[in-house]
Amino acid sequence: MAQAVAGIEQQTDKTALITGSEAIAVACKLADVDVITAYPIRPYDTVMQYVAKLVANGELDCEYIVAESEHSQFEIVKHASAVGARVFCGSSGVGWMYAFEALTVTPGLRIPMVAMVGNRALDDPGAFGVEHNDALAVRDLGWQLVWVDNPQEALDTALMAYRIAEDRRVFLPCAISCDGAFLTHSQALVKIPSQEKVDAFLPRYNRGDLLLHPDNPITVAPQVNEDWLMEIRRQTAGAMERAYTVIQEAYAEFEQIFGRRYGNPFFEEYETADADIVLVGMGTLSTPVKVGIREMRKEGKKVGFVRVRWFRPFAAEELAKTLGRFSAVGIIDRDFSLGSPYLSGVLATEVRAAMYPTAKRPPMLDFICGLGGREVTVPDVRKMSDIVYQAAEGKPQPLTQWIGLRE
Amino acid sequence: MATIVDIHPTQVLDPIKGLKKMPLEEFFTSGHRTCQGCESALVMKLMAKAAGPRTVVLGSTGCMYVANTTYYSTSWVVPWMHTQLGSSGSAAMGAASGLKALMRKGKIKDEPINVIAFCGDGGGADMGLSAISAALTHPDYNLLILMYDNESYANTDIQLSGSTPYGAHTTFSPPGKMKRIMHHRWKKNMAGMLAAGHPTCKYIATVCMSYPLQAMNSVRKALAIGGPTFIHSLDPCPKGWDYDPMQSHEMGELAVTTGVWPLYEVEEGVIRLYGKTKEIAEGRYKRFPVRDYLLRQGRFAHFTDDDIDYFQSKVDEMWQKWLIPGVIPFLKEVETNHPPT
Repeated sequence: MAQAVAGIEQQTDKTALITGSEAIAVACKLADVDVITAYPIRPYDTVMQYVAKLVANGELDCEYIVAESEHSQFEIVKHASAVGARVFCGSSGVGWMYAFEALTVTPGLRIPMVAMVGNRALDDPGAFGVEHNDALAVRDLGWQLVWVDNPQEALDTALMAYRIAEDRRVFLPCAISCDGAFLTHSQALVKIPSQEKVDAFLPRYNRGDLLLHPDNPITVAPQVNEDWLMEIRRQTAGAMERAYTVIQEAYAEFEQIFGRRYGNPFFEEYETADADIVLVGMGTLSTPVKVGIREMRKEGKKVGFVRVRWFRPFAAEELAKTLGRFSAVGIIDRDFSLGSPYLSGVLATEVRAAMYPTAKRPPMLDFICGLGGREVTVPDVRKMSDIVYQAAEGKPQPLTQWIGLRE
Repeated sequence: MATIVDIHPTQVLDPIKGLKKMPLEEFFTSGHRTCQGCESALVMKLMAKAAGPRTVVLGSTGCMYVANTTYYSTSWVVPWMHTQLGSSGSAAMGAASGLKALMRKGKIKDEPINVIAFCGDGGGADMGLSAISAALTHPDYNLLILMYDNESYANTDIQLSGSTPYGAHTTFSPPGKMKRIMHHRWKKNMAGMLAAGHPTCKYIATVCMSYPLQAMNSVRKALAIGGPTFIHSLDPCPKGWDYDPMQSHEMGELAVTTGVWPLYEVEEGVIRLYGKTKEIAEGRYKRFPVRDYLLRQGRFAHFTDDDIDYFQSKVDEMWQKWLIPGVIPFLKEVETNHPPT
């Protein structure tokens, strides 16, 4: 690989002002995706509008199919992937839920599908804005889940997602979550890498002995019942375990070829080196949180931020080790899990579970915030930080609070 | 003008000229666990035989999944993959589009490969209708969707489907003390509906494996004609219809000779009745009374004479009043009552 890469890092990237959705469409083109299926639902559908233009202009050679439902959308690419095609798909909110049956069977079939979720609140009542419950609904099923917070990261992560998902040690689908509106529709300057760099980084999808083709006449997904289901489930679990290593390898090689460094792939740390307390969250709420932290730091409040990228696989040990350094932790959930332990959100429940086996467990508070696309504001961030500080000082606080709620 | 529809060549599959000319190779063999007298298993066997080795088969959930693909004893010689209950249309589209893209881009050898997705009546006429309909509107993918219709969700204990005939006793429509007829909906006219609704679809046919040669040639035609195609097969089911398994073949014949199950194909927009159905339509063969068909089956054992008369009247209506008997259920009288202005 090193030889093939020589000289590539000197190539200049093109820069373009594009949205998160367009960044992922560009990644599809660079990854030379073979089959893409679309179905409209806001806000993810913008990615398919860009894909359609790329196809219409001859910039992307793929079978581009407008399906008649999300269920079909995901079923079509599932079978295309089985015959060896690299595929892309996506959805949002209840559209993602409409595809749920197809989403359920995809990991067990070891299909390395890459999908984009434009995170959106689940109906009813209707809301176009971001909530993370759509993507989180598949968290137990074998989907790799990653949250990004800017268009550059969306493009880079999409390329890495193909590399990781299609690694024979993994062969599991990967969903890239982009917050609706805040990322799907927001532009930023993005460095678009050359095709040579992408080709050096991303090998062809090789389905190997699992290929569905007359040259390899296998029977896929037979009826196994109690005789074999557990063993096969364990194999899928093993794939998710191995994904942890494969993700690290992909990020390391990405840095080598593209020259862009993401540090720890699983979570980003911001101003944590000397922090007293930290906030934890996913997606684009990183922007108000970082602005709030910069303000608070001017006032001498040492607040840090940990932005979780990979939710599946979940880097439990690493995250627990990191969070154990602080005197209190505030988790911001842009999701809900009604009736869950301490009535918290999904992220908080998972972080607390990750922390349990460790010796050092600071107070961990949960904040349900920014649902339905409501903005997480800098004053919200300051308020949450103040509450976490109180907990750090030994003053008991409610384990879950809703922030930014109209009284 | 640039080519709008990019059509990939299909295999050349000549009609089989007679039973003695049938290929000897089997692509659906031993290992399956279907019931004795299962006509759907025969559909699978002869469908695979007609298609040949360069074929990919996708099977949606149902009898022909659960009973045919027990782990370690699959009966499929050609590559086979499970698809979800309502996904036969999507599965066919996925495999066909994937193969096409890979061939066009030079990633795999360019050759015609048959793509067949099958579904039962529940997976097709009920849950999968939307995806099948969508698939039939895509002229650029070569695929066949075959619906094996045993007239109930037979694998899950015989529950009624949209394809179950009027009045039939199923576990979801048992005759009782207050209600003799629990299922009072008329069977969906699946092939006719698809043919009428998908004008660019080149081939839609009904078959019955009591007439195996015609059915196999129908499969061959569907695979060779290009684009998406659909075949609806009526499969007598000893368990669901409640008759002795040795009578399956005869039961299929009775469905045709009583006029309950018309055999036809719509090829490039041209309809052609065939077999006994054609003879009935041309007045060369007198339909048997439906009583002969219904009373051979336990699922109609609760029928009174009135029920049989009603069933007969609906079948008569289909033959005497439909715009195209057995295919298009618009009544001819409509035209005379309301002449075009």
